[in-house]
Amino acid sequence: MKKLIRDMYDTGSEFVRTFGAFQLFFLRLLSHTPRILVTRFDLVVNQVFNSGALSLVIIMISGLFVGGVLGLQGYSNLARFNAEDSIGVFAAFGLVKELGPVITALLFAGRAGTALASEIGLMKATDQLSAMEMMAVNPVSRVLVPRFLGGVIAMPFLAAIFSMIGLFGTHLVAVELLSVDVGAFWQQMQMTVDIDDINEGIFKSIVFGILASHIAVWEGYNAIPTAEGVGRATTRTVVITAIAVLVFDFVITAFML
Amino acid sequence: MDHHSDNLIEIKDLKYSRGPRVIFEGMNLVIKRGEITALMGPSGTGKTTLLRLITRQLIPQQGTIYVDGVDISTLSITELYQLRQRFGMLFQNGALLTDLSVFENVAFPLREHTKLTNRLIRHVVLTKLHAVGLRGAADMMPAQLSGGMARRVALARAMVMDPDILIYDEPFVGLDPISMGVIVRLVRRMNDALDITSIIVSHDVEEIASVADRSFLISDGKVAASGSPSELRLAESELVRQFMHGMADGPVAFHFKAPDYAEQLLGRDAE
Amino acid sequence: MRQTRAVEVGTGLFVLLGLGALFFLTTQTTGGDDFSADEIYTIEARFENVGSLRSRAPVAMSGVTIGRVTSVTFDTVALEAVVQFVIDARYDQIPDDSDASILTAGILGSQYIGLQAGGSDMYLEDGSEILFTQSAIVLENLIGKFLVSSGSGDEK
Repeated sequence: MKKLIRDMYDTGSEFVRTFGAFQLFFLRLLSHTPRILVTRFDLVVNQVFNSGALSLVIIMISGLFVGGVLGLQGYSNLARFNAEDSIGVFAAFGLVKELGPVITALLFAGRAGTALASEIGLMKATDQLSAMEMMAVNPVSRVLVPRFLGGVIAMPFLAAIFSMIGLFGTHLVAVELLSVDVGAFWQQMQMTVDIDDINEGIFKSIVFGILASHIAVWEGYNAIPTAEGVGRATTRTVVITAIAVLVFDFVITAFML
Repeated sequence: MDHHSDNLIEIKDLKYSRGPRVIFEGMNLVIKRGEITALMGPSGTGKTTLLRLITRQLIPQQGTIYVDGVDISTLSITELYQLRQRFGMLFQNGALLTDLSVFENVAFPLREHTKLTNRLIRHVVLTKLHAVGLRGAADMMPAQLSGGMARRVALARAMVMDPDILIYDEPFVGLDPISMGVIVRLVRRMNDALDITSIIVSHDVEEIASVADRSFLISDGKVAASGSPSELRLAESELVRQFMHGMADGPVAFHFKAPDYAEQLLGRDAE
Repeated sequence: MRQTRAVEVGTGLFVLLGLGALFFLTTQTTGGDDFSADEIYTIEARFENVGSLRSRAPVAMSGVTIGRVTSVTFDTVALEAVVQFVIDARYDQIPDDSDASILTAGILGSQYIGLQAGGSDMYLEDGSEILFTQSAIVLENLIGKFLVSSGSGDEK
């Protein structure tokens, strides 16, 4: 019994310690951010490309199909109330406020997050980070911060693109396939959706971007420098990001309501 | 900078442990300016750790390390970074940055620390690559290089800021005889032509013998023997003899700690 | 420093696409009915219940947006809601006995003000008040009325 309590205490304090280190690391990344943005913007651009532009394919395809599904599901549900015309509103709210930021964040974690974590973990395992330290180059500001910033910048754009393509998907399904009136589709949406809703979506995607990028960079930097360790770091990135995003989504949504 | 002293690096009474494991205790070492000093020892004695302590990537529990007469624990972060720029380090597997070309890898320290123009950087980089015989490989990527070539590029990179202390961490591991000969020649030539100090960490007795001025044999957390390679070869200590002559059993035991052999085998059978 | 042109171009395109998406979302999905006019005049109307009407909601006549709600406040003396809205000055021939109702756009829609023309020869001007108003339909009251009426119908 005593052992159980001791184990719980150890796990708990280890968790708290890691959590604290996590926060401190975040502050460390932030402290380098202004300087890197100004002096090494080229590195950041590179990383926005890696995290953002290279994720476009999966984001756009997913967005299209999620929008399409919204069209199908929404139509069949709204049809019960004879409210098919509101399918535009239904899809817009769903995408812009929830599905856009959340699904983009999850996909981002899967594609860009794992790439970041494994790349950094590998650099650690092959002594590249150590070599940089030896050459008096701070690996945190040279390697980690640009990747972090690249993700933070890319996420909101990706989420917006997801929502936009999603709406096209819904349009295709609802208007072309299910004969919803095109005018009603967009009109109702425009009358009901507000700039505040868009802002809420953007805010969420920024928060999720920070979460996903930070977790990916953290896991990579702290990976055990073996093949197995890097693999584990990659898995953890996806899992922890997913949980964090969903928890924060709940909190933010509750707050904004 | 204290030019009077012959001793470029002095390690006094060093104690370092990682968790419960004591790695160094009562370690004393002196590396003389302008010489090639070898640090040898059985695997796992912490030779690489010692290098990290010298560059202060790790901090010892006790003891002092002086570089050029300066106690490195008194240095600020900026001074430390400046100190590190005087070191050039060749890592065990080269540690080239995999997303940069050979040229860019060698140019890396220049781009990060200096404001040289692209033309000047090109000059310096190509010169260093030429010194290691790889000027023609400038546009290749690290993944395309053989182990020996990667290590030579890493050497060029370590040289590019004209350091006065070059550290080689296991430079001979896994190389074919020709590559090994190349590296050995480069180490000697660099040291003498550029008037620098070199430290080689290795357990390759033969190669070290051909190139080092002084060797330290590290075992059990401190210096077990020191002297020129020929002196060590004639040493009388059992440990030194085992190491220098590559004997399978001796003070470093062949058998890992295990329960009594007869008991373990027969005891089970008897059940 | 692998700053190839391809990467720069790619990133630029990506950011442009992202900005385009944001632009699209803000303009095509929201208040496309957003009202903007060069000249406007202000009208006031009082309601017993404004439902979920809020400022920036459209003001429509015959289904056409001619104005926008600018403020929704509560008069503590008269104990009723006061709504102020502006109308495009082009539409300056709205009879002053028109009535204003709070309607809902679609099932999930938000509420807006619909104006129904009256027959007067005098027109609304800046500062006029619309006297005939219809409050928003509150579902609970409707259900309550229904229950009461069917209940009393059953009584013999």
